[in-house]
Amino acid sequence: MAKISGLQREVLSLYRQCLRACRKKPADTRLNFYNHTRSEFHRNSSINKKDFGTIEYLIRSGRKKLETYEDPGIRNIANL
Amino acid sequence: MATTRAFARLAARPTAVRPAVFTRSFASVTDTAARDPISKAGEAINPDPTRKVVPESKTSTTKEPAPDKDAKIKSFHIYRWNPDEPASKPKMQTYTLDLNKTGPMMLDALIRIKNEVDPTLTFRRSCREGICGSCAMNIDGVNTLACLCRIPTDTAKESRIYPLPHMYVVKDLVPDMTNFYKQYRSVKPYLQRTTPAPDGREYRQSKAERKKLDGLYECILCACCSTSCPSYWWNQEEYLGPAVLLQSYRWIADSRDEKTAERQDALNNSMSLYRCHTILNCSRTCPKGLNPALAIAEIKKSMAFT
Repeated sequence: MAKISGLQREVLSLYRQCLRACRKKPADTRLNFYNHTRSEFHRNSSINKKDFGTIEYLIRSGRKKLETYEDPGIRNIANL
Repeated sequence: MATTRAFARLAARPTAVRPAVFTRSFASVTDTAARDPISKAGEAINPDPTRKVVPESKTSTTKEPAPDKDAKIKSFHIYRWNPDEPASKPKMQTYTLDLNKTGPMMLDALIRIKNEVDPTLTFRRSCREGICGSCAMNIDGVNTLACLCRIPTDTAKESRIYPLPHMYVVKDLVPDMTNFYKQYRSVKPYLQRTTPAPDGREYRQSKAERKKLDGLYECILCACCSTSCPSYWWNQEEYLGPAVLLQSYRWIADSRDEKTAERQDALNNSMSLYRCHTILNCSRTCPKGLNPALAIAEIKKSMAFT
């Protein structure tokens, strides 16, 4: 396997942070959070890996979203 | 009894028709037809009773109404970027407006573009009189409030409108101010006291003490100064920037505040305050005519002599 770049590492770390945040959610809705995380990352998986500006923007907005959804007051999420 | 009297008064009030002088109009618009949106021409087509699609050869085309002979057509180049298509690059889009039918300020032009030409154009605006600081943007290379910036009447020159420089863009002309507000919160912009007022009532100030706050309290936190500062561009995470430092000085200078030493202590490191290299872009650009550089200099002075 090729060595992963710093940006790729950042994406992976964000993904793991999201999965960890999912674990703190109530058990009956946890699957919704997992699915949401997976679909959000999957949606943008086709982006060219040399498109640094876009990937950095997506990481930034992802962190912001994580910060919002981490709040224990948010107990369920809709999957569209 | 009082309510019946009030009702009687309401009923007795003459329902006078408002004279035409008081009807609202644009500041610089003289003919009322000009206020009609461009799209009205399109809406005027009568629907076909058999619900068949009218071929385009039989309908009118929606376009800019025939320009008057003394029309002042000016073009505006506006920064566009849509976060829903993150892979697309930001672009400059050009809009042309007749200045005779537009209000005098840049914000009037933006609102007119949004209303009549392109509803997808996004920008923040609220008070339209320079008191809320929402519409801060970079117009013709200068950070200013769109509502306080006159449209240059020279139609040969094109205006270029960008979001505030070196800020992350949320959409089109909307910058992400999260970091700026976080920094503002870090200077604790509120009165900190432990002792009650001597007479148990208000915290009194002398006229001279109050005068120190003039030129500080007027700041509306539009972030025009901070985003014009090269030092803030390069060290946005650590350097507080002129707007926040001006606010910090506003509380340091306040005679009623008792945590002056703590406030100064919090700024006493190489990044928060001393990244100001007196470039003075802040004072030059401030749309409210304040002098953040002077406030920063005053903080530096007060820290040097304590």
